[in-house]
Amino acid sequence: MTASQGKPAKKERPELTTHPWGRRIIILIVAAYITALILGPVIALFAGAFREGPGAIQAALSQPGVLSAFWLTILIGLFVVAVHAILGTVVAWVFVRDRFPGRNLINGLMDMPFAVSPVVVGYMLLLLFGRNGIFGPLLAPLGVRVAFAIPGMVLATLFVTLPFMIRELIPVLENFGISQEQAAATIGANGWQIFRRITFPALRWGFIYGVTLTFARALGEFGAVLVIGGGVQGRTETATLYIYRALDERNYVGAYSAALILGIFSLGLVLGTDYIRRREQERN
Amino acid sequence: MKTKTPKQEIGYQSPLGRRGLRGVALVYLTVLLLIPLFVIIQDGLREGLTGLWHQVTLPIAWSALILTLWTAAIMTIINTMMGTLTAYALVRYDFPGKTIINSLVDLPLAIPTLVTGVMLVVLFGPQQALGALLKEQFGISIIFAPPGIIMALLFITFPFVVRTVQPVLLDLDRAQEAAATTLGAGSWTIFRRITLPPLILPMISGALLSFARAIGEFGAVVIVAGNIPLYSQTAAVYVLGEVESENRLGASAVSVVMIAIAFSLMMLVDWLQQRERKGSL
Repeated sequence: MTASQGKPAKKERPELTTHPWGRRIIILIVAAYITALILGPVIALFAGAFREGPGAIQAALSQPGVLSAFWLTILIGLFVVAVHAILGTVVAWVFVRDRFPGRNLINGLMDMPFAVSPVVVGYMLLLLFGRNGIFGPLLAPLGVRVAFAIPGMVLATLFVTLPFMIRELIPVLENFGISQEQAAATIGANGWQIFRRITFPALRWGFIYGVTLTFARALGEFGAVLVIGGGVQGRTETATLYIYRALDERNYVGAYSAALILGIFSLGLVLGTDYIRRREQERN
Repeated sequence: MKTKTPKQEIGYQSPLGRRGLRGVALVYLTVLLLIPLFVIIQDGLREGLTGLWHQVTLPIAWSALILTLWTAAIMTIINTMMGTLTAYALVRYDFPGKTIINSLVDLPLAIPTLVTGVMLVVLFGPQQALGALLKEQFGISIIFAPPGIIMALLFITFPFVVRTVQPVLLDLDRAQEAAATTLGAGSWTIFRRITLPPLILPMISGALLSFARAIGEFGAVVIVAGNIPLYSQTAAVYVLGEVESENRLGASAVSVVMIAIAFSLMMLVDWLQQRERKGSL
């Protein structure tokens, strides 16, 4: 998917064709567009959060409920990452190495979470697990609550983050091929040994990127957890749901500060991974 | 995703292990993906296609869908042009700050869309300096109005066109352009006749991805657009309202239409990217 298109890092080639003025104008337009579209709003958020000073941010973030909302977000994120790390790897492996009927159709459907509205995702789960849903009434007597509870929010986050791990791993697996695995098999290694010693090390960076993107996406999920979780303060309120409530209650410093922290956290995650990978590439 | 896909032989696994893994993968995808999609499509079609059509053409639902489509369309046009231009500048030119711009392109992928919405409200909100200035001097409202929706969508989808066009542009053979220069072609002619044609397919893929992503966008839009029926309420926000007021028919019908649009676009992108891969081999 789009996220898998890593940054092309080829050496610059000399310029041939463009007129010097054409070149200047194009660079100017691009720089102005990115400044207005991306940099402007980012700076505005910083300014908005710091408008009443760092003390106000600290006060806003230490209000009851804020910390627990961030904790819930992180816990759901970690759980989702763990599930996709294992099952996403299995899915990627199966789609590269195995052939079975319906493979192409499912392969196409796998990108659906990227385009289906998060609200619709939450609603689908409500149709399955809600009060009048298909499984809801079956699970209720067992005391299992999925809708308006954490399990539903985990399912919603699993759905929206489904493609990231798989789409990171599939191209890496395809490029890696199977000759080394076959060689290992010839000298008597078993399937698990081959995976652990040969295949997984080759997948390592795809895997790390997949984990990072899944986690970042999970931290920011909003629409789906709003619909299936209901955003009950202190119970099903994640960081994004807290921001939404704070805006609604006109607690602007609270909303802006929490948004700033969440944005910095997920951005730091992605940039940090990028930085480590680049340093490792330079060392080799 | 521009990798060759040679048919790979099944490796070392015993048939039993292979079937086991295939089973795990298929059960996982069925539970997580197929069952929910199936259930909502079935629910939307509970009263048949005519029932669905009736729900979708109710004035508020219809206007939400149309608003979603036209704001996404405008975003797609701007994003395709600016994304291609950005990719061109990043590949062909060297200039101070290029590394920063290259990292800024990916920033929207890492920032939660709700946070994007908050950013835009801080910048353009009616109580903020810039928002108030635009409102008083030019009578333009961005927040709680369609322009805010387009801005939010532009922010979120910015990487899609850049990152689909950029690798193709990098792989392009420059010899043809050099030859055309020798023959006396102007830079615009060279761009139009030599550089642009191989970029068309990736541009379309990027455009369709942006459009598909925009149809379902919720987090940023709900903050930026407010929730004014018939004016700034998009399809996703409409579905949320219908879910909350327990209008199951309306919520399911509009959801199914959104899923159908997303599905056809994703299939089209998939097909285009396969064609592109075959063309480049």
